[in-house]
Amino acid sequence: MELAIEFDSLSQQIINTYQRGFPLCSRPFLQLATEFNVSEQEVIDCLERLKAQQVLSRLGPVFNHMQAGASTLAAIAAPVDKMNQIAAIINKSPQVNHNYAREHDYNLWFVVTAATESELTQAIKDIELAIGYPILVLPMERSYHIDLSFKVCFKPLAQEVANDH
Amino acid sequence: MTTNLVIDPVLSDQQQAQLFAEIEQGLPLVAQPYLAIAQQLNISEEQVLTTIDAWQQQGLIWRFGLVVRHRKLGYDANAMVVWNIEDSEVERVANILAQASVVTLCYQRPRVLPGWPYNLFCMIHGKSREQVLGQLADICQRHQLDKFDKNVLFSTKAYKQRGGRYSASVIKE
Repeated sequence: MELAIEFDSLSQQIINTYQRGFPLCSRPFLQLATEFNVSEQEVIDCLERLKAQQVLSRLGPVFNHMQAGASTLAAIAAPVDKMNQIAAIINKSPQVNHNYAREHDYNLWFVVTAATESELTQAIKDIELAIGYPILVLPMERSYHIDLSFKVCFKPLAQEVANDH
Repeated sequence: MTTNLVIDPVLSDQQQAQLFAEIEQGLPLVAQPYLAIAQQLNISEEQVLTTIDAWQQQGLIWRFGLVVRHRKLGYDANAMVVWNIEDSEVERVANILAQASVVTLCYQRPRVLPGWPYNLFCMIHGKSREQVLGQLADICQRHQLDKFDKNVLFSTKAYKQRGGRYSASVIKE
């Protein structure tokens, strides 16, 4: 099993403070550096490290997909022995972003995005044709929760606890 | 040194589409990331900053910052909880779920009968399956939600996980 990455104090602070409200100014990393009492380069290096560890997917906007274009959740019930193969075909579509295996008869769940509704419909038809199974299309009708940020509960760092004394 | 006496004009639709496509892939990790994007698109840093700010004000952007992968942070258990709630009750239940601190998303979606009776979806991320099920049981007990038909779909594998590409076709033109 993969071992959990240990996060230094700067990583923890950046992750829990800047999932939203990232500064819009000429030197944003310098602003973070001042806040966390480190150098601008240390902030950039820290983010590079998180990126290399694949913890950081990207630094940027999360668009409101109701406004940004068209998107939908979709699912198929794939025969278990063909799941990997079918998932690979679905992934080939540049319009698919998330694609997960889940425990249910509908066992492959993915999100399709497009600039317009008609392109979305076309993309779904294309995938359906490529995989040969009907797609369950479940567009969002209403959102009750704004995805603002996700509070990560980090384990306290042993070193920091020691330093407190 | 330059004195900026001329106010930069608002970006054209084409330029906005290009900026949109550029930032949805993430900012470059350089000291002046907005300037780097501006230079690439042949617009000014000020135009980049004011346009992103306007998009935030308009609600086109939910949030602007780090987009992290939960799994890599030790949150291995990811459950999509789906509910079959009468139409007259769905808003009330959705608001309860949306306010629970462990719920990261809560969406209403259509039923597709006969195979798919569930019309409300929420996501719970946790460090283990037991933790997620415990949190769900806790919400159900506190708000008397046990009477509703639901199903918990844990994810067993992530085949793909990245931001949506809304702009693909805009840019081709």
